[in-house]
Parts: sequence; C-alpha cells; structure tokens
Amino acid sequence: MAKTTLDQNTTPLYAALQEHIDKRVIPFDVPGHKQGAGNGELLKLFPKSVLEADVNSMKPLDFLCNPVSVIKKAEDLMAEAYFADESFFIVNGTTQAVQAMIMSAVSDGDKIILPRNVHKSAINALILCGGTPHYMYPYFEKKFGMSSGVSLENVKKAIEEAPDAKAILLINPTYYGIVSELEAIIKYAHHMGLLVLVDEAHGAHFPFHEELPPSANKLGADISAVSIHKTGGSLTQSSALLLNTDRISRDYVKTVLNLTQSTSASYLLMASLDLTRKFLITEGRGKLTEVLNLVRDARNRINEIDGLIAFSASDFNDKGCFGFDETKLGVNVTGIGFTGIHVYDLLRDEYNIQVEMGESHNILAIFSVGDTPRRVNQLVSALNAIATRYRSEPLDMTFKSFNSTEALISPRKAFYSPKKRFLINESIDMISGEFVMIYPPGIPILAPGERITEEIVNYIELLKSEKGAISGLEDSEANYINCIEEQ
Amino acid sequence: MELWFNNKHTENVNFSIAVEEQLYHGKSEYQIIDFFKSYEFGIFLALDGDIMVTEKDEFIYHDMIVHVPMATNPEIRNVLVIGGGDGGTVRELSRYETIEKIDMVEIDEKVVRLSQKFLPLTASKFDDDRVNLYFEDGVSFVAGLKELYDLIIVDSTDPYGPGEGLFSKAFYENCYNGLSEDGILVNQHESPYYEDDAKEMKKSHQKIKKTFPISKVYQFHMPTYPSGHWLFGFASKKYDPEFADLEEWSKFNIDTKYYNTRIHKASFALPTYVEDMLNEV
Repeated sequence: MAKTTLDQNTTPLYAALQEHIDKRVIPFDVPGHKQGAGNGELLKLFPKSVLEADVNSMKPLDFLCNPVSVIKKAEDLMAEAYFADESFFIVNGTTQAVQAMIMSAVSDGDKIILPRNVHKSAINALILCGGTPHYMYPYFEKKFGMSSGVSLENVKKAIEEAPDAKAILLINPTYYGIVSELEAIIKYAHHMGLLVLVDEAHGAHFPFHEELPPSANKLGADISAVSIHKTGGSLTQSSALLLNTDRISRDYVKTVLNLTQSTSASYLLMASLDLTRKFLITEGRGKLTEVLNLVRDARNRINEIDGLIAFSASDFNDKGCFGFDETKLGVNVTGIGFTGIHVYDLLRDEYNIQVEMGESHNILAIFSVGDTPRRVNQLVSALNAIATRYRSEPLDMTFKSFNSTEALISPRKAFYSPKKRFLINESIDMISGEFVMIYPPGIPILAPGERITEEIVNYIELLKSEKGAISGLEDSEANYINCIEEQ
Repeated sequence: MELWFNNKHTENVNFSIAVEEQLYHGKSEYQIIDFFKSYEFGIFLALDGDIMVTEKDEFIYHDMIVHVPMATNPEIRNVLVIGGGDGGTVRELSRYETIEKIDMVEIDEKVVRLSQKFLPLTASKFDDDRVNLYFEDGVSFVAGLKELYDLIIVDSTDPYGPGEGLFSKAFYENCYNGLSEDGILVNQHESPYYEDDAKEMKKSHQKIKKTFPISKVYQFHMPTYPSGHWLFGFASKKYDPEFADLEEWSKFNIDTKYYNTRIHKASFALPTYVEDMLNEV
C-alpha cells in the first residue's frame, strides 16, 4: 500500500450507513419499498441486507448534491487514492462524469480538441453545452480495425489548427487498452494554456499496480472521469470524477454536476465506491499481480491457437501506442474466418461465456480482480473449441473498416436542425443528424453533423448483417437515418 | 455420544450417516476435504460437504463408469481420466492388461494424496506403471490435445465449484477432438430425480448430443447419492453400447460385484420420465 496521509483503512460512508441500518430507524421516507416490507417480490432477488441499505439521503448520511460530512470524507479518501486533489462520487454512470467534465471546461461556442474515437457521452455533452469539437484522428491500426492512441505530434497539429481551443480531452486507455503519449501531451497542453480532461473510464485499476500505465491525475491532468465500476469492481453505474484544482474550481464543477445529477443518490452505489476504494488501495496490488499473471498466461495460450492473435503493445505501431494495459485481452479472430461480432455471440450462446465486446475484427475480454484461473481456462478452452470446430478461410477485411469523416456543423447545431428521413443506403454524401454506433463500445461511427460516406454505409450494412446491436438512430430497425437539410 | 454427518440432498432433504470417527478435515486450494469412518458405509470422502465415495458403495460407481465402455470396445488401449482423485476409476481400468496407458488429470493433488492415506481401497493403483498423474485443470488439458485417446472418462464432482468447467460445451468439444475415430466419452451425468440435479443433467445431455453422433445415458443405483438414482453419459463416435458384442468382454475374466453383461444392456433402459426429459433437449 502506498504511503497516504489519510487513513485508507476506514470507510466513513459505509460505516455511517451500517450504523443507520443497525439503529433500525423507522422509515417514513422514501424509498417506498421500506426495506422490502412493501413488496416481497423484491426479496426474492435482493437479500434483506441490500434492501436495508437502499436508503435516502439524511443528515447522518450526508447529501451528494452538497457533501459536507461522510460523503465528503469518502470522496477525500478516493481523491487521495487516485493522486487527485478532490473527487466527486457519481451515481449516474461515467456518462455523467464525462459530461460534467466537458461542461465544466467549455461553454457555448468554445472549442475543445478531442480524438474522434471518443465515447458518445462526450459528443452528447457538446450538444448540451454548445461546445464545438475539433477532432484529432488517432493512428488507425488496420490489421485490428481499431483506433490507436494520440501522439504529442497529433496534439501539436490540432492546437495549431485550433489555437483558440480551451480544452483537450484524452482517453486513458482506449477500450482495447492503448495509452496515448499522455505525460508529454499534458505538459504541452498546459504550456499552451489548455485544460486537460481525461476519459479514464477503462483505467480505474491503474493507480494500484506499478506494472499498469499511470493514471491521468498522477500525471497532472486537470480532471478525469473514472469508471470505478468497470475495472475497479464497484456496482454498475458508480463512478468518480477526479480533480486537480490548480486550474479548475471544485465549486464550479459541483454546480455543473448538479445540473444533471439525481437528487435521490443511491447509497448502494456510493457505499460500493467507498468499500471498493478501500479494497483497491489495501489489497489491490496483490490482486492485480494475480490478474496480470492470469492474463499473461491466457495471452500466451490463445496465441498458440492458429488463426487467433491476442494482441499486445508489440503488435501496435509506435505512432499511436505509448503504453498498454495488459488486463484488456483483445483477440483478433478474423484468421479463423469470423468477425468479432460473430465470435462474441458464439461465445455467449454456445459456450456460456460473455465477453465485453465484439467488433468487426476482434473480441475483447476484460480481466479484473474477480477472475479465477479455472474461469480463464474455460475462456481459452472455448476459443480452442471454436477455432477447431468452426474454422474456415481467413476473412478478407479490407473493406470492413471505415474512416471517420469531417464534421461539417457542430453537434448541437446538427441536433437542433430540421431533418429528413432517408434510407441509409440512399444517404451517401448527406449530413447526418443522428448518431450511429454499436454498443459496446459506444464510439460513434457517425455523429450528428458529419458527412455520410459510401464506406460508412457499407460498414453499417456489415454490422447489420452480423447482427451487431446498432443504436443511436430514431429508427430502431436501423433502416433509416435522419439527415440535415442543407441550405 | 451420537455424531451424525449430514449431507443436504436438496434444500429440504437431508441424508445423514452416523459417524464413528472423523479421520481428516482440511482445505485445499479448491475445496473442503473430509474423511470419516462410519458404522454403515465404512470410510467415506466428502468434498465441500457432499459425499463423493464410500467404501460400501464405491464398487457400483466404478464398475459402471469403467466396464460399460470397456465391454463396448474391448480394443481400448489409451485412456484419459479427468477427475477421479479417489483412484477407484484408475483401479478398475488397471485390471485390463490390454490397456497400455492411463493418464489421469486431477485438479486437486491433495485429494489424491489424502485418498492414498485414508482410502487405500480405491487409491491402490496410482503406482501402476501405465498410470501417469497430471495435477492440473482438465479443461485446459483437453484444449488442443495433440494425442488421441480411445476413451475419456470424466469422473467429476458436480457442475458447480471446481468441476464447473467439466460440464461446459467447450470441454465436451475438446474431448471430441481428443478422441480417436472410434473414441468413447463417459461422464458423470448427475441425476434425473431432484429438480436441480435434473436441470444439470438435461443441460449436460444437450451439449453432448450436439457434439457426438451417438449420445446415450445409462443408470445405476448409488445409495449415498441424492435419490440413489444416478446416471452416466455415454457419447461415442462409432460404437453404440446397446448393440455391442458383449461376449468379448467375458474373455477378460474380470470379477465384478455390480457389472455384468445383462446389467450393461439393462442400464440403457430408462424410466419413462427420464426418457421424456432427455427427449425434451
């Protein structure tokens, strides 16, 4: 455990919650299930201890909209664990953290530099606040059909093109674990007077093991959004926003957060953040050593299977890859004749294994503190079985990726412009009024305001034929797209 | 003083055995291990609180898991046993002089070593020259097997805990790939009687049926297992156990207490409700 000033063995929020439960306070407030007494059906799924912990805010348990006691103490501990000055607990998912981060940094008409492979929540934030994106296009790894990281060179060029930009957003790491040239970029951006925001949705475990890439706050980022629930292990939808306060004010961020934050914050989620932070800082290093051993072994064994590539840092071009999170086990499956989307479905439907994501070229398995050697053996065994049983000629993937296109109008303007509905395959050359993506990863193939190309239409058709879960469009069948009427 | 070992057969059904002496209690990396001496069943082994093998009825289980495939194809030379830490399956196999190689893959070495100490009745043949012990996860052992076996016996615990992966579709498929062209897979197949066991039995049958051209189920009477009515799966690439020439087996001159060629045929005749369950999947 790293040296800390605060006592990281304590869990102030969880302790207060447990004390409240033990007092058996009679609830004449919400939630109306009254610890499960009101609806026995809930008790079938949730043990009584869960329903007893599902309480509303009150003075002894503090208020998330303006934390001053036990929540604030728990947030201070979280901040320290992540090398940040301040933190906010988030109960509306990292989507809200990303949006609050962007809305705290830019407002109507301000420019923000960001890589095009951002999560849709970032572009949604620009619809809400009116900021204008200036995209960087990270190096594209053709063999794996994915965007890589961002180099200092990319950033210098972007700042040259958009000298009036107020902030830059970075991703640490990408879904597949690729890390940008973060330290140098943060220094340079600060030197040029930009705020540095980091989407660290997939890096919640970074501060707790020295063989993992560094976390953004430690490198001096101004603000980062961390999905503690993803690789940290807290309950789904619980997350944290971390600040270094040299350039940004905690009070302003709090005000922005309160624009969209629930006033009935879940104590299940918040207590899970408190407990998870303690676990990560006290036991995380040992557990993550085990995880790293497991994933390294799995990589080696999968790479022995003909046609599969469990990729890692050495497979990527150094124009975009400046570090790698080994706990993200991405596997290129096109060598056995399938798309990642197909293998993702096969694994679940035929082999009872749910991986995180399947895309055109790859599947992605996430390793975290809950994994066991025997479960990992089952994953490798299933990939072995699939490769033996279903193998066919390697897929020709040359047409199965796409380049993003230029953004012609800002997301906000595009969102509010009058639109007309077109069949997707008749929409080439028009300006999209909607998002198109598959989830996961939730990275837009098209964002509002972008030009639709033939390549993109072909890519969408491929996703449809492989039964990818397309979202973002009004048309739930994904046959039509709303396009902007050009003046 | 009365000391009773209690094994929950379902949430609402208990099976109790009066215990004379507890011989061992401990924990391995994988499970809780106990050996007891009892008045009625002799020495018995329990894993995570479930009875695995007793001196009194182990012959039924081990006769049926070994002699049914051996009588179906007396030419079997190379055998792989997955699980089977108590040694009873290896002991029965070792009685066939024609078998050239017996590889046993058991995840938990502690079960083997403790069985050698407390259950020599079953753990007596690990030192046979033909036996090779591998202490690792059977799931990984069969994934990408280069050499082919004539028979794979899955002598596993239940499909939760350490045995989970031995009931997975990938495991069965990898077994298929690791069998010679006339290979046979026999597996511990749970019970049709209590609801939870029956669910696992059906799931298992469904997966094997999709993988092997011949997949059958046979039954035996196991007094210490839940309901006493237990099943093995028989999956095969070529030989049908119901139409095998069983006369060959008699030439082995192996004395058995439960198995005989009449029981072999009869064990594939299943009660109607069991047939119905199997036909459903």
